[in-house]
Amino acid sequence: MSRLANVKKSIARSQLWTAFFRHGYPDTDRNRVLVIMSNVLLHLHPVKVRKSGVKMKYTWCAGGLSFFLFLLETITGLLLMFYYRPTIEYAYVDIIDLREQVPLGIMRELHRWGAHAMVIAVWVHMFRVFMTGSYKPPREFNWNVGVILLVLTLLLSFTGYLLPWDQLAIWAITVGSNMARATPFLGHEGPGAALLRVGDVSLVHIGDDVRFALLGGRFVGAGTLLRFYVLHCVAIPLIAGFGMAIHFWRVRKDGGISGPL
Amino acid sequence: MTDSRQSPPTSPTAAPTRRAENILGAEGLSGLRGKTSRRGFFPWLGLAWVSITAGFAMLAGVSLRFLFPNVLFEPPSTFKAGFPSEYEVGAVDERFKSKFGVWIVRDEATLFALSTICTHLGCTPNWLGGEQKFKCPCHGSGFYIDGMNFEGPAPRPLERYKIYVADDGQVVVDKNSKYQWEKGQWDNPESFVSMA
Repeated sequence: MSRLANVKKSIARSQLWTAFFRHGYPDTDRNRVLVIMSNVLLHLHPVKVRKSGVKMKYTWCAGGLSFFLFLLETITGLLLMFYYRPTIEYAYVDIIDLREQVPLGIMRELHRWGAHAMVIAVWVHMFRVFMTGSYKPPREFNWNVGVILLVLTLLLSFTGYLLPWDQLAIWAITVGSNMARATPFLGHEGPGAALLRVGDVSLVHIGDDVRFALLGGRFVGAGTLLRFYVLHCVAIPLIAGFGMAIHFWRVRKDGGISGPL
Repeated sequence: MTDSRQSPPTSPTAAPTRRAENILGAEGLSGLRGKTSRRGFFPWLGLAWVSITAGFAMLAGVSLRFLFPNVLFEPPSTFKAGFPSEYEVGAVDERFKSKFGVWIVRDEATLFALSTICTHLGCTPNWLGGEQKFKCPCHGSGFYIDGMNFEGPAPRPLERYKIYVADDGQVVVDKNSKYQWEKGQWDNPESFVSMA
């Protein structure tokens, strides 16, 4: 028994162990705080959670589910990237290949259904936060961060929609991106765009407006597929990742998950 | 308040303190005197901030410009479409549909170029010869052969493009100009080629 205790003690005092764990066992309040505060990932999380904060009945765990689904999308999406090529020539056949030939043909379906589930989870989370009044001060800042994350979630869905490059994808993005034509001042059919002209030359036209920047062309084509791919796989997840870090950290700074009134 | 150690230096070139001596070496602040005064430092600080802001603004502008390519690998917006005599009365020519997004239609008196973009949400309708109508697969909008909408959600007729006969006798379609019925623009002689 004492020999075992000695082994445990020598492990706990070894350089390797102390390099990873900079505090004692979390059996005191101080060490419990240190566990959270000395870890870059855990420190986003509150040290203590209210009893109501861990009740499914109160939170529905909708925010946690949203984050879990984001992680699921990140992992399955990363795996899909090993096979998918975002060009007109290959995009559609690579999707078929992923379904028919690649081991675990369900990977793309996981990504797709996970995406649907994430949109639902984010809305449910928003509904819960609204119904429990958790958007009220001091949490109003975090509500706005959440609104941005909601928009990013929808943009992730929208950009991912095009990637299979089938008829549904092409026409859905054609219809969806037509909305950008009507952007005030920045879209060539939007209000105010007609005012931006020098003499007879229109400064905002179909070849240089905001829709053009989004599509990389005058219509949905090869440039659009590549742009949406980069936005879907790199740009938006990166921004959403930063937003989530702020969102979680802000929950802690605003006093943890709100409690029942 | 009378404590002299608490009061700030009366001039920017106040005598060096002991601490400054330690940091700046034996000469202390006197080594900097005549080079940059405390007051003279702030214009430089301001200039530095303005330069950095301008630099980043320029980078942002260049990055934005980067998103707009100089060359597009898209079909040209103006194209030649054969001779007027090739077109039969009452026929819809679909040769230029997939590449240029244009139907060329010949009726008794005129030849005109119809846009293949549905005026509802921008899908591409199909020409159904048997039913003599353009039918959009997305939401079911229908258009007559002249482009007039008659069923489904499309709010207005198909648009027409500029069309004329070039010097070599060939029909030219120019998609840079469009003519809308609801604006009375189909009467514009540039929107059709007279076949009378």
